Amino acid sequence: MPHDHHDHLSPSGHPYRSDNDAPLSYWQVMEIAVRELMIEKGEVTAAEVAAQIDAMDARNPSHGARVVARAWDEPEFRAALLADATNATREMGFDIGPMNLVAVENTQDVHNVIVCTLCSCYPRNLLGLPPDWYKTREYRSRTVKEPRKVLAEFGVELPDNVTCRVHDSTADMRYIVLPARPKGTDGWTQEALAELVTRDSMIGTGLAKQP
Amino acid sequence: MGGDAAGPVPTDQHDFALWEKRVDALMILGAARGHFTVDGLRRALEDMGEQAFEDMSYYERWIASINQNLIEAGVYSLEELGSKMEEVRTRGETYGAAQDV
Amino acid sequence: MYEPGQTVRIRALQPPGHVRTPHYLRGKTGVIERVLGPYENPEQRAYMLPAPEKPLYRVRFSMAEIWGDGAEHPEDTLDAEIYEHWIEAAHAA
Repeated sequence: MPHDHHDHLSPSGHPYRSDNDAPLSYWQVMEIAVRELMIEKGEVTAAEVAAQIDAMDARNPSHGARVVARAWDEPEFRAALLADATNATREMGFDIGPMNLVAVENTQDVHNVIVCTLCSCYPRNLLGLPPDWYKTREYRSRTVKEPRKVLAEFGVELPDNVTCRVHDSTADMRYIVLPARPKGTDGWTQEALAELVTRDSMIGTGLAKQP
Repeated sequence: MGGDAAGPVPTDQHDFALWEKRVDALMILGAARGHFTVDGLRRALEDMGEQAFEDMSYYERWIASINQNLIEAGVYSLEELGSKMEEVRTRGETYGAAQDV
Repeated sequence: MYEPGQTVRIRALQPPGHVRTPHYLRGKTGVIERVLGPYENPEQRAYMLPAPEKPLYRVRFSMAEIWGDGAEHPEDTLDAEIYEHWIEAAHAA
């Protein structure tokens, strides 16, 4: 295969990328040109680009799930997370870089959901890259106006007596939802609890799994 | 776009292609080098107009915005970009084939 | 400076160019939820200009205030980050 010398293995170890064999698009040409010009000008190295992609691939919702499980298990950590999520998660090794993180807690009276109407702000250090739907016009347009209808499409039906709090994440802060702990999980280890925490439950479009 | 009427939220999910991940990496590395800010990227995205949202994919819009910001920052010239794109096109007909050796 | 609990109105300015304040909140009245601190003004950062720091607030709005009779559930809320120069003091609605 002519394309495998610069190929990048995905975490799945899948070496073949069908997108590498599709007809070259104008924007792919631009990406190659911009990247090579950046390298020629000494702005970046090919190794830095590859390392950045590796770091991106290594971040996934299991990081956020560990944070949530710990908050369910340790009241002091939960308080620290809600007071200053940036530092609480940094101490767990999840550095959010120059951003700041805000954790919002779901209770029996309040359900939180996160959206970015301006582009696609997302707590990548804890959840990885945002899902496609998070970046769509539909999700971004509707969640600030009819969050309950949007949540229903994701299978979450909010009772009338629960307040829905929408958070429009617009650049300086990143938001993560601390979902409600499922009943019947008393005494569970943090590892077991983390298995119940889905990506969508930390965006607010889902709930934690029931045991 | 907050509040505009729109249809059901599409739930299709695709694995990110290598070229898309590279765009993402260039965004982070270019910002880390101080050539642009997230606000500059958004400004260029917004200046593309509403139609770009219909016609271009997410990472197509982002590479266009990154390029616009790098041109404005003087990292390379339009002539250099045009020459490089011309040369890349001669390498092959697929993304894989168009990589420099 | 504004304080948590204070009622404020978002200015209804419509300049061209990159502005962080969402369009759907301009002219709306909300309550300061928390003070986030000083951040460089994105309206200058967007053009790589020297950007003085401005206080940034999280402001909470009721859906009834934003969407009026079109609100899906009037008591639901929306929080957004708003820079101080887009905020003016207001009386509780």
